[in-house]
Amino acid sequence: MNDVAWIDAALTSARPQAVGALLRYFRDLDTAEEAFQNACLRALKTWPANGPPRDPAAWLIMVGRNTGIDAARRARKQTPLPPEDLISDLDDAEETMVDRLDGAHYRDDILRLLFICCHPDLPPAQQIAVALRIVSGLTVKQVARAFLIGESAMEQRITRAKARIAGADVPFETPGPVERAERLGGVARMIYVVFNEGYSAIGVEAPARAPLCDEAIRLGRLLLRLFQAEPEIMGLTALMLLQHARTPARFDAAGQIVLLDDQDRGLWNGEMIAEGLALIDKAMRHARPGPYQVQAAIAALHDRAARPEDTDWTQIDLLYANLEVLQPSPIITLNRAVAVDKVRGPVDALAMIEPLGERLSGYFYFHGVRGALLLRLGRAEEARVAFDRAIALANTPAEAAHIRMQLDRLMQDATAAS
Amino acid sequence: MLYAILCYNDESAVWSWSKDEEDACMARLAVVQERLVEQGKLGPVARLMPTTAATTLRKDREPPLVIDGPFAETKEQLLGFYVVDCAALDEALEIASDLGRANPGGAYEIRPLATFRPGSFAA
Repeated sequence: MNDVAWIDAALTSARPQAVGALLRYFRDLDTAEEAFQNACLRALKTWPANGPPRDPAAWLIMVGRNTGIDAARRARKQTPLPPEDLISDLDDAEETMVDRLDGAHYRDDILRLLFICCHPDLPPAQQIAVALRIVSGLTVKQVARAFLIGESAMEQRITRAKARIAGADVPFETPGPVERAERLGGVARMIYVVFNEGYSAIGVEAPARAPLCDEAIRLGRLLLRLFQAEPEIMGLTALMLLQHARTPARFDAAGQIVLLDDQDRGLWNGEMIAEGLALIDKAMRHARPGPYQVQAAIAALHDRAARPEDTDWTQIDLLYANLEVLQPSPIITLNRAVAVDKVRGPVDALAMIEPLGERLSGYFYFHGVRGALLLRLGRAEEARVAFDRAIALANTPAEAAHIRMQLDRLMQDATAAS
Repeated sequence: MLYAILCYNDESAVWSWSKDEEDACMARLAVVQERLVEQGKLGPVARLMPTTAATTLRKDREPPLVIDGPFAETKEQLLGFYVVDCAALDEALEIASDLGRANPGGAYEIRPLATFRPGSFAA
C-alpha cells in the first residue's frame, strides 16, 4: 500500500474517536468536523515525511483542537496563524495526550457521536445519511450514490439534519448506566438500519448500495470494541456478517434476486460466516438472549447448511417462536410460518398466518407466502388470487418479478407433482 | 532455530480494506510465502479474527475469570501460543482452563482463526 492509501486508512479508522473527542471539546458538530478536516490536512502533509504517529487518533485530536482554536480565533479577529511549530514535538505531547484519552472517555465520545446521529427527531433516512457522513466519513458524493439521489439533494438533506441536531439538546455530560444502555440500543438500531439500506436493495441499485453493508459491519465492530461484553451487540454484528456473507450469491447476472434455496452456496463468504458464528458463540455464554442474537442464530442455521435440504428447520421454528416472545410482530410470525411449513406442513403454516390477514393485507410478502401455501394444498385458484395480490403490492418491479418467478416455479412443481 | 513472526497493525484499518486492497496485499504476501515454502522454511501461518471475536481467560485466580474481548494489559508479555481444533468456544475455554490449572498466573486470550495453513517444514 502506498503512503496516501495507508494514511487514508489510518484517518478513516481514527475518525470516530477523533471527531467524538473534538465534539466533546468544542460542543459543536461543525467546528468539530472542521477541526478534524484541518488535522487530516496536516497529517497528509507531515506523516509521509515523519512517519505515522504512534497513536493517530491522539495526534488528530491534539492537532484538531489547536487548529479549531485557531479557526475560532480567526473568525473573531484576523489574528495571524500561530507558527507551524505549535505542533512540533508532538511525540512528547502525545504521551500525555494518550494518558488523558482514557478508555471511559473515548467510549462515551464515540457513543455520543453515534447517538446524536440517531436523534428521534430525525427520520431514518436522515439518520443514516448523517451517520455515514459524520461517523464513517463518507463524502457527500459517496452517500448520495448509496441513496441514488443527486449530490446537491444529499448535501441539503445532511445540512437540514445537522441543523436539527444543532437545535436539539446534545447531552454532553457523561451518561449514567441506564442512559448509556438506552443510547446503545438506539445506536444498534441505527446501525442495523444502515445495514438494511444496503441489504434490501435489489436489481440495478444493489451494487451501489452494497458498501452500506460493509460500513454497517464496520460500525458494529466499532461498537463491539467499545462494549465488549454486550451480547446483543455481538448478536447484531454476527447477524450482519451472516447475512452479508451471502451477498455474492444473492443476485443473478441480470441483477435479479436469487432465492436462498437456489443460491450457489460455494459463493458465500466463509470468513464472514466463521466470524459471525464465533460472535454468536460468545454471545450465548451470557445466556441473555435478545432479538439480534436470535435473528443471528437463525441466519447461522441457514449459513451452516451445506445444501438447502440440510437446513435445521425445527431449530429455526423454535428460534422464531423465541423471537415472537422477545419482539412480537406479525412479520416474525409470517417468517415463522415458512419454517412451520417445512417442519409440520402447509396446513399448520396456513393456520398460523390466516389471523395476520388484516394487519398484513398491504404487505406483498404475506400474499406471496400465503399463495405458496395455498398452492401446496391444491387450492390453486385461491393461490392465484393471492399471487396476483402480491404482484400488485410489490414495491419494485424486481419484487414483482421475484413473486412471479416463485409463482412460475410453484405452478411447475404443482404440475409435476400431480 | 525456529522463529515466530507476530503481526501487529491497526485492526480497524486492516479489516476495512476493500476487496481489491485485500486481494492485492494477499497476492504480494503469497509471492514471499511461496518462496519460503520452496525453501522449506515456512511453518504454520494463521490470520486471526478481529479482537471483537476474542475471549480472555484470566488464570491468576481459581476458578479462572472469563472476560469478553482481547487481552489488554501491558504488564504481561506474550510468551507463547497454542492452536487447538474445537467444535465451539466452550470447548476451547475448557482446554484453556486445563492448561491454566497446569500453569497458573497470567492469562490466555482465546481468539478464533480466520485462516490457517499448516506449513511445509518437518520440524
